[in-house]
Amino acid sequence: MTRRTVDGIVLWAVSLACLLPLLWLVWRGYQGELGANPIETVIRNLGVWGLRLLIVGLTITPLARILKRPRLIRVRRPIGLIAFSYIVLHLSTYIGVDQYFDWASIWKDILKRPFITIGVAAFLLLIPMAATSFNAAIRWLGSQRWRGLHRLIYLIVPMGVVHYYLLVKADHRPPLIYGGIVAVLLGWRAVAALKRR
Amino acid sequence: MLIRHGGDLTENDVTPHEVWLRRREFLALGAAGVGLGLAGPASAIALKGAPSRYSTTEPKTSKADVTGYNNFYEFGVDKDDPARNAGSLKTSPWTVKVDGECARPGTVDLADFLRGNTLQDRIYRHRCVEGWSMVIPWLGVPLADLLKRYQPTSKAKYVAFETLHRPSEMPGQNRRVLEWPYREGLRIDEAMNPLTIMAVGLYGESLLNQNGAPMRLVVPWKYGFKGIKSIVRISFTESQPRTAWNQSAPHEYGFYSNVNPQVDHPRWSQATERRIGEFRRRPTLMFNGYGEQVASLYRGMDLKKFY
Repeated sequence: MTRRTVDGIVLWAVSLACLLPLLWLVWRGYQGELGANPIETVIRNLGVWGLRLLIVGLTITPLARILKRPRLIRVRRPIGLIAFSYIVLHLSTYIGVDQYFDWASIWKDILKRPFITIGVAAFLLLIPMAATSFNAAIRWLGSQRWRGLHRLIYLIVPMGVVHYYLLVKADHRPPLIYGGIVAVLLGWRAVAALKRR
Repeated sequence: MLIRHGGDLTENDVTPHEVWLRRREFLALGAAGVGLGLAGPASAIALKGAPSRYSTTEPKTSKADVTGYNNFYEFGVDKDDPARNAGSLKTSPWTVKVDGECARPGTVDLADFLRGNTLQDRIYRHRCVEGWSMVIPWLGVPLADLLKRYQPTSKAKYVAFETLHRPSEMPGQNRRVLEWPYREGLRIDEAMNPLTIMAVGLYGESLLNQNGAPMRLVVPWKYGFKGIKSIVRISFTESQPRTAWNQSAPHEYGFYSNVNPQVDHPRWSQATERRIGEFRRRPTLMFNGYGEQVASLYRGMDLKKFY
């Protein structure tokens, strides 16, 4: 097999894997197994998977460096875009199903509830990243500027963790675990940047 | 929907005479419920209650949802954890300690604690602080009837409740998600209000463990977490007792925690709720729609301050 074919297979396999949680959710919905409060289940599930995939996306660069497999970097884009799709669905379910387009109530939520404020802010920051996730965008922006823009993710993922942390009532262990992983991944980058100097 | 029959009720309205005459049968049923409900879900036994005018006629939430979607952190923090994990709890034997500011404190077996009381049906709205609600057909006894026997003194301004603390059977207690045992409390007039019941069953059967077997508090005008489950201790106190969620996050959960659409929880609006089984949110009612019976308890109080 040529390198190209292998790359293609890897990209498709990774993308499909990223879509499995969504397919599982749809299947459970179809079977009527989303529990007593299906809307909450769907919102929670989509949000958690969006965050998880963003975190998986953050592991790719360190992995590629540590394993000395630079071509691994290519899977970063589909992971990121699929994570973004989960978050779009997460937010749309909140707006269109949970709140049923009650814009006054949504606006109040954004202003008054810190976890929603930070969640919406993180989503807005994701938009320019998703919008420039194709090769021509890198050429148009120039690779320096493109990289600068995509460093937003170092801000967005911690915001996502805080969003999760703030909405949990008492058991803060899961968001703290995510926070710990993110701290390690960003810490590795900080150390790598210092070494390069 | 508002309850149409309000504050002009007499004892006779609560327990029809023919039912009152048969009270020993109900007692026997109640005691049997206590005696047989030992091995968890499989052994829920049939109970019968007298109808009550305090019941709502709204459609009831399905039994599967009432028994499968629970907050009972002693068995895990996810909604389906209690149904999955609560089977390990042994509810027989069960003793209740009543102490504090009362003339006749004591530790009694559950059957003796409930003895002499007629079970009543109470179909109540149940509003969780998280913004969802249910309609649940409880079976229980007015708390006032149970407490009066212990002759609270004039110093008894509050009633404090404690859940069982037994980490070997309540796996959630192995982690300090909340400070165990779970504690709750009511002002004495809230405890004595006819709406407040000690529930021992729902949907015509003794309580399943995930719903707070063998007995739990139901205070329908307050957020659900005030309805402390699997109670082993009741104390009459002079000062306001500590309560689990208030200890955990005092700015989010007050002692009173009356359902109030005008006072938002810092992290979510309380203006609307989703009734389990329904698609659209519905407006939340002041005191969960029980204002006619309880608003007078809070006359002159700033409910934004005493949330």
